[in-house]
Amino acid sequence: MSIIHVDSLSKHFNSIKAVDNVNFDVREGTIFGFLGPNGAGKTTTISILCTLLRPTSGTAIVDGYNCVTQPAKVRRSIGVVFQDTTLDKDLTAYENLLYHAILYNVEKSERQKLVDDALMFIGLYERKNDLVKRFSGGMKRRLEVARAMVHQPKILFLDEPTLGLDPQSRNNLWEFITRLPEEKGVTIFMTTHYMDEAEVCDEIAIIDRGKIIAQGSPEELKKSVGGDVIYLKTTDNLKALSIIREEMSLTGRIKGDELFITVTRGDACLPELIRHLGDIVKSVRVQRPTLNDVFLNLTGKEIREEHPDSMDEIKESVRAYRRRFDRT
Amino acid sequence: MIELRVVYVISAREFKKFLREKSRLFSSLARPLIWLFLVGGGLSRIVPTGGNITYLQFFFPGIIGMTILFTSIFSAISIIWDKEFGYMKEILVAPVSRTSIVVGKAVSGSIVSTIQATIVLMLFPLVGLKLSLLSVLLIILLSFAISFSIASIGILIATFYESFESFSIIMNFIVMPMFFLSGAMYPLRKLPEIFKLIAHFNPLTYGIDALKNVIIKEAGEMGADFSLSLDLVIIFLVSLVFIFLGTKAFNRRV
Repeated sequence: MSIIHVDSLSKHFNSIKAVDNVNFDVREGTIFGFLGPNGAGKTTTISILCTLLRPTSGTAIVDGYNCVTQPAKVRRSIGVVFQDTTLDKDLTAYENLLYHAILYNVEKSERQKLVDDALMFIGLYERKNDLVKRFSGGMKRRLEVARAMVHQPKILFLDEPTLGLDPQSRNNLWEFITRLPEEKGVTIFMTTHYMDEAEVCDEIAIIDRGKIIAQGSPEELKKSVGGDVIYLKTTDNLKALSIIREEMSLTGRIKGDELFITVTRGDACLPELIRHLGDIVKSVRVQRPTLNDVFLNLTGKEIREEHPDSMDEIKESVRAYRRRFDRT
Repeated sequence: MIELRVVYVISAREFKKFLREKSRLFSSLARPLIWLFLVGGGLSRIVPTGGNITYLQFFFPGIIGMTILFTSIFSAISIIWDKEFGYMKEILVAPVSRTSIVVGKAVSGSIVSTIQATIVLMLFPLVGLKLSLLSVLLIILLSFAISFSIASIGILIATFYESFESFSIIMNFIVMPMFFLSGAMYPLRKLPEIFKLIAHFNPLTYGIDALKNVIIKEAGEMGADFSLSLDLVIIFLVSLVFIFLGTKAFNRRV
């Protein structure tokens, strides 16, 4: 059963198509990932699903309610962790969660318990009376996830939850997040541009320039690349590419200073490749496809790893639009 | 509809932060004190009032009005802060009505403003005024009403600005003229016609006039220009109109 249903959803900012005719369904109790570079339209989509932005056209149904006509009902069903922190750093952890519980109309008799439970779940119970400004980045993020869970939402939206965190805090946060569907029966909708994070998803939609370009489980997506991926460094990449394409009839692309070739069986292909290219080969590596390879295979570019804020994302979508516009 | 729990959360948050930031309390009290004693104290030596009160006493309601003006406007403008630092999103994504958020902002600003006005009010013996306990209570209630009307105006202003850069614009083109053209420093009836006319359209004029009606009752020429009931009606109407406009603007823009 799908708990989020999105049908031909579009959002235009003036002439920029931030979200362009997007369709997808999210099954209850799963982790659904929106994977794509900055400016692809991830935050815009989340903002529409969270009722903070009205779509230009199309429908978005969350927990059976329409995001445009029944925003209050949608808001009651969801918890949101935004890309930029929305904690009040001059309040304590406990106060931040308590005020949240009141805003969401949690019964007075349950508030205390739910807030304490949430703090316990993320391991910050001992620090509940500390001001949030004394917390580290990782603790703030965890606290934010806990706050979004206080009113027991059915769906949790996470917009780039680990942006700007160090690797240890990231792992720590993931540990909590991945426990949620099992332990609390929550459906998670998250966006990310980190490949490794997308691996934990049950289902991924890859989005680029406002459009979904592929969708499936991480395994399915990797299979779609078709076999293995060979990365090749040569002294003359252009010459090597033409040999690969013309003499060997393989598909390859130049990516940075490397060639990226998708083949059915890497181990079998390698000797032949070396024979054809001869001594212009500098280095070779064969690997199982990653989600990054999926994206590279579809778009010819990599998902960049940057640390933007949401304003940058809008600016980036303007740039992305211009690039597309200039080309045609 | 107005949800009381939302008004409570926004006010409780503001109040807690107010108590925690002692520096904010001191710095916001510094301004009225400087104006009262350095400006008012100096002027009272050279300005003959002709009546039975000194200039310092005449200036006192204006100083309470000033405290209210600055505190209320800037509390309301904290909507800009919240948008910039994100807490507004937490409130916006919660199942609460936009009207409640605006009213909550106005109430929270009014609470802080009334506390500050009350502290300034307690200095009345220093300027040689005598006030009964009943008058003091009445002034505190009036301060809340005036604060609410000014905070409503502040919210409407805030919905039109996106960032801190607009801060000095609001300060120089709205707040300072509102203060100078309010009858705080000069009796309205002695102003040139053109300024008098503008002052009649300034909501703060009626707020300060209401305070004059209680604080300097028997000042004659230097006293209040309108009746207390007219002042109250206008304060009430201003609150109503601006809360309505603020909610509309907030709904549309945020």
